[in-house]
Amino acid sequence: MADPMKIRTKLVDGSAHIVVLMIHPMETGQRKDPRSGQAYPAHFIQNVTATVNDKPVLVAQLGPAISKNPLFGFRVKGAKAGDKLAISWEDNKGEQARAEATIA
Amino acid sequence: MNHLRRLILKGGGAGGALACALAAGLLRPSTASAAEWNKTAFEAKAIADALKNIAASGAADSAEILIKAPDIAENGAVVPIEVTSRIAGAESIALLVEKNPFPLLAYIDLVNGAEGYINTRFKMGQTSVVKVVVKAGGKHYIASREVKVTIGGCGG
Repeated sequence: MADPMKIRTKLVDGSAHIVVLMIHPMETGQRKDPRSGQAYPAHFIQNVTATVNDKPVLVAQLGPAISKNPLFGFRVKGAKAGDKLAISWEDNKGEQARAEATIA
Repeated sequence: MNHLRRLILKGGGAGGALACALAAGLLRPSTASAAEWNKTAFEAKAIADALKNIAASGAADSAEILIKAPDIAENGAVVPIEVTSRIAGAESIALLVEKNPFPLLAYIDLVNGAEGYINTRFKMGQTSVVKVVVKAGGKHYIASREVKVTIGGCGG
């Protein structure tokens, strides 16, 4: 089903800089198939949640205009090496993915 | 933390409470789904409607929101944007593109120590003003920046 995510973390001055790359087509619903003239149905990530040690830090709602294979960079103050980071998303078709990483 | 959102989340746990809130007219039905995905705001076709639906109509202009985006984007399908808010206590960041079919790109709540910073990539169909709304201390602040999209990809 859903392809994995790539997560990178780096600690800078007591805050964790986190970058997540999610593999997803992010189809807007505006693009048309040149042969049939039919629009490709929209298929995009709607909700993304990031947690550090099971506490939410980033709760995002996305529209279809976020680029294909969405990339998100964010920073969490007070996160320490060894903290458990989890990212999960759900798209408009109900597909879900979840990945975990350790902050280092 | 967004008080309304808390209220809705609590309401979701106890269906009765939510029904009460609805009956009392505290929440419009369209707002009730906001806990999941703010459909009304994301489907708004005009930037003013999108701003209204994220309760940011009267946002004050702020020079404390730094938007790093290219002046000229050669590829409208992948435009990088980096937002840093110097306003203390940023609770959420919303990204909007004025001339996109649906202006609202993303609405991001930052809680439990997440800093007022976000970095992502978005699509834009044509040259437009990009707006960033930051919510801090219950108030909304807005900053904008124009990004040109070149057609033909020569980068002018």
